[in-house]
Amino acid sequence: MTAASASIAVELNGGLGSFQLEVRFAAPMRGITALFGPSGCGKTTILRCVAGLERLAGRIVLGGEVWQDEAAGIFRPTHLRHVGYVFQEPSLFQHLSVKDNLLYGARRVRATESAPLKLDDIVGLLGIGHLLGRSTAALSGGERQRIAVGRALLAQPSILLMDEPLSALDRGSKEEILPYFEMLHERLALPILYVSHDFAEVERLADTLVMLDKGRVRAAGPIRELQLDLELPLIAAADAAVIIEGTIAGVDRAFGLTEVDIEGGRLLVPGEHGPVGQKRRLRITATDVSLARGAPQASTIVNSLPGRIVAIDSEVQGPQVNVIVALGAHGQGLRIAARITRKSLAGLKLAVGEEVHAQIKGVALIATRTSATQ
Amino acid sequence: MIDASQLWTPLRLTLELATLTTLLLLVVGTPIAWWLARSRARWKEAVAAIVAMPIVLPPTVLGFYLLLLLGPHGPGGAVASLWGARTLAFTFEGLVLGSVIYSMPFVVQPIRNAFEAIGNRPLEVAATLRATPWDAFWSVALPLARPGFLTAAVLGFAHTVGEFGVVLMIGGNIPGSTKVLSVAIYDFVETQRWTEAHILAGGMVAFSFVVILAMLVLERRTSRVGA
Repeated sequence: MTAASASIAVELNGGLGSFQLEVRFAAPMRGITALFGPSGCGKTTILRCVAGLERLAGRIVLGGEVWQDEAAGIFRPTHLRHVGYVFQEPSLFQHLSVKDNLLYGARRVRATESAPLKLDDIVGLLGIGHLLGRSTAALSGGERQRIAVGRALLAQPSILLMDEPLSALDRGSKEEILPYFEMLHERLALPILYVSHDFAEVERLADTLVMLDKGRVRAAGPIRELQLDLELPLIAAADAAVIIEGTIAGVDRAFGLTEVDIEGGRLLVPGEHGPVGQKRRLRITATDVSLARGAPQASTIVNSLPGRIVAIDSEVQGPQVNVIVALGAHGQGLRIAARITRKSLAGLKLAVGEEVHAQIKGVALIATRTSATQ
Repeated sequence: MIDASQLWTPLRLTLELATLTTLLLLVVGTPIAWWLARSRARWKEAVAAIVAMPIVLPPTVLGFYLLLLLGPHGPGGAVASLWGARTLAFTFEGLVLGSVIYSMPFVVQPIRNAFEAIGNRPLEVAATLRATPWDAFWSVALPLARPGFLTAAVLGFAHTVGEFGVVLMIGGNIPGSTKVLSVAIYDFVETQRWTEAHILAGGMVAFSFVVILAMLVLERRTSRVGA
């Protein structure tokens, strides 16, 4: 996160009306970085500043290119920044056809510039081929937003900025569009800043998380580290969980299970998923994890992995505590959270550094994929 | 006996005047409307008020000041001296200038409304898609404001055709040069040539009806597109 040339560095200080923003964070130049926080925390303002649509004092550097440096008097106007911006409500140009909307930015890319994102590829990736001939008025909300994403991508941006692109859509349209966003994530070497107040969405998409509160950065880092940070509110949520990445290792057809390798062990996930070798996102909820001393001899829980306790939320007063376990025989693997009762903690005399077995009752594969995009 | 040229000459002159005025107003009025729609200057409403003044001012008052402005002792006289004339008053050019000022609010207001209705968002989208502000104005703002421009052109044209007081003050009544329809009708009535007056007046009634009808139809069609 410190290598300036390979990161998005944002530093903003200033007010818009009565609202004060004071943020500083760096995000990697790959994957999805979510700006997450309650409404009014300043996430949209940050995104608009990165795009140059709003101007606050500060400094914005993208992969070594200085876009704004108020101290040096540098402010690059929006049209020269080459950002793709997807607004909250799909803002298609009403006076243009779907195809002309898609090509609006593409037509303004200089011939000498490299244009890796081709119309046919983007159309295929977003599944919008059948919409090209239509008028924008005849599209559903989800379709419009997909066109807006395609239009932004075809302008060959160096970063994609998405401002709650799903919040104006109904539940069905959200589910329809999310797999396409996951595909973008997987197929394009393009950093994405994604503003959201919906943590389920963030868990599905984000690699890096910037948590914002009242115009300040509360924490920033890889999502799975922040999810397990005992200082942060995420772990205290009722449905606290950790997102981990696994690789599909095989399918047990007899029992309808999929084997997924993660750092520090192998998990069995219900359902037959494939193909082998593909990376998938898994979500493990803290309340679905219990701890045992020694390998359980007989249990209905199929996923039992050795691990080592690395942290215990000792400050908590309630009946339950969160225990962070590093998986693997020597605790060298991924970390997960287990929510256990204070009574069990005392009864088993669990402490940091001890070896345990984590029994995982439920593992969810959260990244679904549509067959159309294969 | 009806002298056709006494009907045709004012008609042709009026159409020339209204067409030229409308074109000039679209050129001059568009940047003013754009500025009024988008500027955050505190005094912009003062400018808007000045532009709108001809709506409430008696045409004779406007005509009086224009006469001073265009006359041999005003700036208009100085301009006219460039080509050896003594004054801009009582000339077709002076009439065009007067009409531009007189009809300005009817052109600026609809365009301003249209620009305001577009809002910031489409222009922001265009900027993120690499369009320069100038490019975005032509490729996004103008096409989206098209209904406003149609209304503006129709109103500007019709209003210029109907002006009387200002013309009388600064144009007088010179056949083929400043004698437009409204003045011609007045003349015919004055001299009790009812037939000619009827033809021209009836024509104006029909013209007004067509204008209003066209506007209503256009408005309906654009609101349907927007839905």
